Amino acid sequence: MKLTKILMATSALTLSAGTAFAEAHSGESPVAGEPMADSMTLVSWGGAYQNSQQQAYVEPYLEMNPDVSVTWDERSAEAVANLRAMFEAGNVTWDLVDVVAADAIRLCDEGLAMEVDHDEILAPAPDGTDASDDFGDLIVSDCFIPQIAYSTTFGYRTDVEEWGGETPSDICAIFDLETFPGQRALERRPINNMEWALLCDGVPKDEIYDVLETEEGQQRAFDKLDTIKDQVTWWNAGADTPQLLADGEVVMGSTYNGRLFSLIVEQDQPVEMLWDAQVYDLDGWIIPADLPEERLNRVLDFLWFATDTQRLADQAAYISYGPARESSAPLVGEHAELGIDMAPHMPTNPDNASNTFVYNYEWWADYRDDLDAQFQAWLAQ
Amino acid sequence: MTDATASPDKVTGPTPDNAIRDAERESGPMLAADGTPLKKSLARAQRRQKMRALGLVAPLLIFILITFIIPIGQMLFRSVENQIVPDTLPRTVEAVESWDASSGEPPSQEVYSAMARDLVVAEGLKIHTRVGSRLNYEAAGLSSLFRQAGRDVDETGEPFLDAFEESNEAWEEGSTWVSLLTTEEYQSEIAEWQARSDEVGRSFDEPAVDVAYREGFEEALPRTTDMFSDFAYVIGSEDGESPLEEEPWPLVYLSLYEDLEANPEAIELFEGEQRALVEEAMAATEGMGPYDYRAFFEEIDEEWLEPDIWETLQVFSGPYTSGYFLSAADRELTPDGVERVPENERIYGTLFLRTMYMSLAITFSCILLGYPVAWLLANLPLRTANVLMILVLLPFWTSLLVRTSAWKVLLQNQGVINDLLVWLNIVGDGNRLALINNQTGTIVAMTHILLPFMILPLYSVMKTIPPSYLRAAKSLGATNWTAFWRVYFPQSVPGIGAGSILVFILAIGYYITPEIVGGEDGVFISNRIAYHISTSLNWGLAAALGSILLALVLALYWLYDRIVGIDNVKLGG
Repeated sequence: MKLTKILMATSALTLSAGTAFAEAHSGESPVAGEPMADSMTLVSWGGAYQNSQQQAYVEPYLEMNPDVSVTWDERSAEAVANLRAMFEAGNVTWDLVDVVAADAIRLCDEGLAMEVDHDEILAPAPDGTDASDDFGDLIVSDCFIPQIAYSTTFGYRTDVEEWGGETPSDICAIFDLETFPGQRALERRPINNMEWALLCDGVPKDEIYDVLETEEGQQRAFDKLDTIKDQVTWWNAGADTPQLLADGEVVMGSTYNGRLFSLIVEQDQPVEMLWDAQVYDLDGWIIPADLPEERLNRVLDFLWFATDTQRLADQAAYISYGPARESSAPLVGEHAELGIDMAPHMPTNPDNASNTFVYNYEWWADYRDDLDAQFQAWLAQ
Repeated sequence: MTDATASPDKVTGPTPDNAIRDAERESGPMLAADGTPLKKSLARAQRRQKMRALGLVAPLLIFILITFIIPIGQMLFRSVENQIVPDTLPRTVEAVESWDASSGEPPSQEVYSAMARDLVVAEGLKIHTRVGSRLNYEAAGLSSLFRQAGRDVDETGEPFLDAFEESNEAWEEGSTWVSLLTTEEYQSEIAEWQARSDEVGRSFDEPAVDVAYREGFEEALPRTTDMFSDFAYVIGSEDGESPLEEEPWPLVYLSLYEDLEANPEAIELFEGEQRALVEEAMAATEGMGPYDYRAFFEEIDEEWLEPDIWETLQVFSGPYTSGYFLSAADRELTPDGVERVPENERIYGTLFLRTMYMSLAITFSCILLGYPVAWLLANLPLRTANVLMILVLLPFWTSLLVRTSAWKVLLQNQGVINDLLVWLNIVGDGNRLALINNQTGTIVAMTHILLPFMILPLYSVMKTIPPSYLRAAKSLGATNWTAFWRVYFPQSVPGIGAGSILVFILAIGYYITPEIVGGEDGVFISNRIAYHISTSLNWGLAAALGSILLALVLALYWLYDRIVGIDNVKLGG
């Protein structure tokens, strides 16, 4: 069955798209040979993540194109507001912006990001699979070019005396103050917290958003959060929880899995990661709308290279975020400095992904303002 | 005698300007050297001087106007602006106006028809999601409803397109429509435009040509011409395509059907083959209408039948809205008037109050801590005072983030202060004090950060109080306290005033420090403003909150002026 599928795919390719097939293997971007700008401003998150991008594909790209210069801007966290301000001022200085999926959807909605044809501007997988099939469901918006999948999950200290040797094994440990007493760190926003609260209040995973849409459901989530409210430290920045865990300020807390990885593996702290009901999320590029042609050509040329199968797999050598292409997964190797195998630390690894929670972007795009107001009011009570 | 004091003009004796009067009396107005009257010449010289002064300040004035006043004005204007709704949905706004919201029924077919037309155009211009985001601030769920409708709405009236094309293949061609409806002049113009567009390719950016209809068409076929114009505009401006080569939207076919149903005589407008073509199409669509727009929307999403959605649209259809200000005051606009939002969503009132009293608390703690320091600085020998001054200024020059983070290290549960207290056995290990992530943390950190703004004006005022006054008071028998309280303190009040205004106004707008050390009950209104600017993108609400904050500060300033007097504020000597 599988073999026939592959055979069929190959013959279809050779028959119908002979030129495209040749192009895919020569690795030529669709804009090769056209006039291009010789500088680019990339926007990212700074820190270890930006470093992984720099090592995995920006530097190799610059080696291939020595006359190009790249400027980094570390303002991804505020990308939506900044892009909007730039558009209103009529002077967009960014060429390629790294944002989380939810922001990509909003930028697309606001008309600030360019809609792209993924098959046209992104390289196919080495076996010839179209980019849109290789990225699959991760293309959550017409403007979004996925790079990595990450998870928001929990880390806990392994040396808490009060726990008497027990360690959390599932997500509901955060609501279990008897077995696992101590301060917890949760993000100061409703997203993720509301879902976890309902999940631990007995709502089945696939009904969470239906329940959360009703007033009773929202109240139910707040009631559940109320049970631990005075034991929670609320964080704003992704770096807070690792710091709080390292200082012993909290015994468990939520944050991005890459942050926990560096806390555990690189800094060797007595902390473990909980792979249960972690919220699966995406990060990727968007191209600002209406770029001048030469700048756009440069961006497209870079993107063709930076999002191909090998480059996304390379990135995983620097940070424990899963490559967004299906074809990259088998190529994930070892950590660039520590030499440990990276695959077990990936949120996309089947062992870790046995019970994940998929964040509903569209639902939150609708309800985020309403629930945030309620959440802040609840916090202030 | 009384007369003389009442009016100098009636003085009979000599006065300094007698000479001028005499001169005026004798030879008319006094003249300057060039022969113009002196008064005029003086006025001109003064005017020139004023202009020169204005010229000198002009660069700064223009700079402030352009970079400060105008942008702030524009930003604040967003708090009432709602142009996007009537601009994007003009037909719907008009149609929904007559709908009775209290009926509890979804609006008429006309309203749905208007919405379909508006949405098709908006989707073509890729702006339908913007209006969705705007309305989502008022009613959660509208954002995805608009996004979803945008994907499907271009199929409105598809059965009619199919029926037309089945009756004659000519309907598949855009050129059929162009020759059917438009003047020959337009036809040649659009053909040239298309040729230029084909030549230039992707970067073609000439504006689309306005469609010119043949005489009588716009009156007889209002829907068709309206829709066709929008169609030509959208494909022209978005894709650089002309209606010659594109098949129109199904809504155009539907519109022609509706126009001819409503006004059968309009068929007289067509002649010869064209008339046969139209008659053929009308025969093919016989009995298909009227088109059920509502059912079409119901198929996209049942939510479209909810009266709530249309209520929201009706309430927020004007170009200006008070909605943002009402939200900022924890209220909302409903068809029944202004109501308070449910209790579990009220936050802004609490936050405004908290911002005020915490800023006041910070100001008072700055006075308490700053006053003795400033006194010491002003009364020590200059060399020692300078060293101390550097100690005051040093934190002033350190990054705000560093100082705030330092407080985090000091104040946290396992932090330096708590460790010390536990070590000294003042508190037990189990109940360490909560000094951070609450109001205490905010007050401590912000007092520290704003202290120099209190000390500096206090110091410069105290520096000017002669020490001899205190000595004089004491030599006249005052105790130390009386001498301070009755003589020294009143003279230092202008410094306290200046410092308090500085500290209070700075505190009211702070958000980085409260964000880091404030936890959940130590954050200010400015944190919410920052959230709406950078995260929720609800700039209208952010502008409304900012305007209220500005008004509050101005009101407090006015109050201060009434009570203390603004002349009593000194920043120095």
